[in-house]
Amino acid sequence: MNMMHRPEPVIRPEPVIRIEGLTRRFGGPAVLDALDLSVGRGEFVALLGRSGSGKTTLLRTLAGLDDVTEGRVQVPGDVAVVFQESRLLPWKRVWQNVGLGLGARDAKDRAIAALGEVGLDHRVDAWPLTLSGGEAQRAGIARALVREPQFLMLDEPFASLDALTRLKMQAMVGELWQRHRCAVLLVTHDVDEALLLADRAVVLEHGRIRTEVDIDLPRPRRHADAEFNRLRGVLLDALGVEQASH
Amino acid sequence: MLDTTLQPVADQSASQRRPVRPARSTTGQAARRPGPWRRLASPVVVLALWQAACSAGLISPQTLASPWQILQTAISLTRDGTLPHNLLVSLGRALSGLAIGTVAGVALALVAGLSRLGEDAVDALMQMGRTLPVLAMVPLFILWFGIGETPKIALVSLGVLFPIYLNLFKGVRNVDPKLLEMARTLGLSRAQTILQVILPGALPDLLLGLRFAVGISWLMLVVAEQINANSGIGHMMMDAEDFLRTDIILVGLFVYAALGLISDQIVRSIEARVLAWRPSNVR
Ligand SMILES: Nc1ncnc2c1ncn2[C@@H]1O[C@H](COP(=O)(O)OP(=O)(O)OP(=O)(O)O)[C@@H](O)[C@H]1O
Ligand SMILES: [Mg+2]
Repeated sequence: MNMMHRPEPVIRPEPVIRIEGLTRRFGGPAVLDALDLSVGRGEFVALLGRSGSGKTTLLRTLAGLDDVTEGRVQVPGDVAVVFQESRLLPWKRVWQNVGLGLGARDAKDRAIAALGEVGLDHRVDAWPLTLSGGEAQRAGIARALVREPQFLMLDEPFASLDALTRLKMQAMVGELWQRHRCAVLLVTHDVDEALLLADRAVVLEHGRIRTEVDIDLPRPRRHADAEFNRLRGVLLDALGVEQASH
Repeated sequence: MLDTTLQPVADQSASQRRPVRPARSTTGQAARRPGPWRRLASPVVVLALWQAACSAGLISPQTLASPWQILQTAISLTRDGTLPHNLLVSLGRALSGLAIGTVAGVALALVAGLSRLGEDAVDALMQMGRTLPVLAMVPLFILWFGIGETPKIALVSLGVLFPIYLNLFKGVRNVDPKLLEMARTLGLSRAQTILQVILPGALPDLLLGLRFAVGISWLMLVVAEQINANSGIGHMMMDAEDFLRTDIILVGLFVYAALGLISDQIVRSIEARVLAWRPSNVR
């Protein structure tokens, strides 16, 4: 089965996000160093890299929170971001947070539908500070999806969750992506998470792409797969993790 | 350890089966908290001693009226309309001063908090103004505004202005920058960001300022009414001084205390309602 997938070159969809020669400095050495990267329409890209390698900086630039000073960035107008902390407004009920800024008359219905998609129908009227960590993160994802973005960015959205909740959330994000088909850039420290979800994994080091791996595995994916293990080795190696030989 | 010995055996095993902390701490509190009667005991004892000392002639009524006498006076002052009239006058002054000071404080804090230009124009002046002892401005106020209602209301307004301004300004500036970033990524307009993020985020600070302001407004009123007034609780007390009527003075004192207590409770209940989203207020 793998033999069938490996040989032919991967056909990339037409890019919706184009980054060319993006450089970013905060006074010292470049945090992003002449970075080139593109993400295709509906493509799921995982962004890995050691702490401080510039992942969040890249995301903030793409989200328009930081200005582009050197290089060129082309991003569609409708982007959505999910941060590591859910960043819900504590003084608005969960559905109001999800519908924030929608403006349309059916904002409430759409917010409630989006909350249903992430399995939060029962917490629609709750105050955000009463949500569990996983629930708050799901509300953050609903708030991003309700806008039907062309491009969705997630910055370590599951980092602070327990292992079991994280597995469930990963499966949920996989399903949501299959349904909505937006381009996704997922920042993560978790190699398995990248291999489970992404079409492509990009490893950042000192603001440059150190390794880029196409993950051409059938879905749903399983950890037991031989190719899965090979790719995990490649990524861990790129991240500089010493591996015991199995 | 101590309180488990006070509990029936069945109860103890029940609380041990559930290893959750809250269950234990609530039983501990229930066992230790003194009943309301014990808290009332010492005031009652003081009151009784006070009454006894007055009845025995140890304290002359010109030094300190007896509790019983104070009660009698309160009733007769209410009957003949003196107390209600003066109370209404005082309440009117406090409320107008509070309203004017709050509106002005909120307006200035928003101007200074929401724009750099506004901050440069307003904040330096306000930071200087806060160091002025407002009570020391009474002579100036009488020169400027005469002896009518204006100087009294102006004094209360000025006292209220600073706590409102300082707290709201701080609240507007301290809104979580992560939430502001989030508002940007969601594409909220400036007006939407102010209404949905900044103002609700600063509301707890505004209410804190309001609680200070209410306390200060009574203080200002006491001073204003005792210096130059022909009505109001303070005036009633100053009048009584001329006739050595300590009973009336004490009635006034208790009225002020009650007003302070009630107004603080009102602000607290507003807080609980408006800040319903806070975990301590939820459910
Ligand atoms: N506003 C800033 N001012 C100064 N330095 C910054 C700023 N933002 C980021 N940096 C620096 O840029 C580098 C990259 O930061 P960034 O947050 O992008 O890392 P990251 O890859 O997201 O790391 P992590 O995995 O720990 O989140 C770090 O060395 C950080 O200290
Ligand atoms: Mg980061």
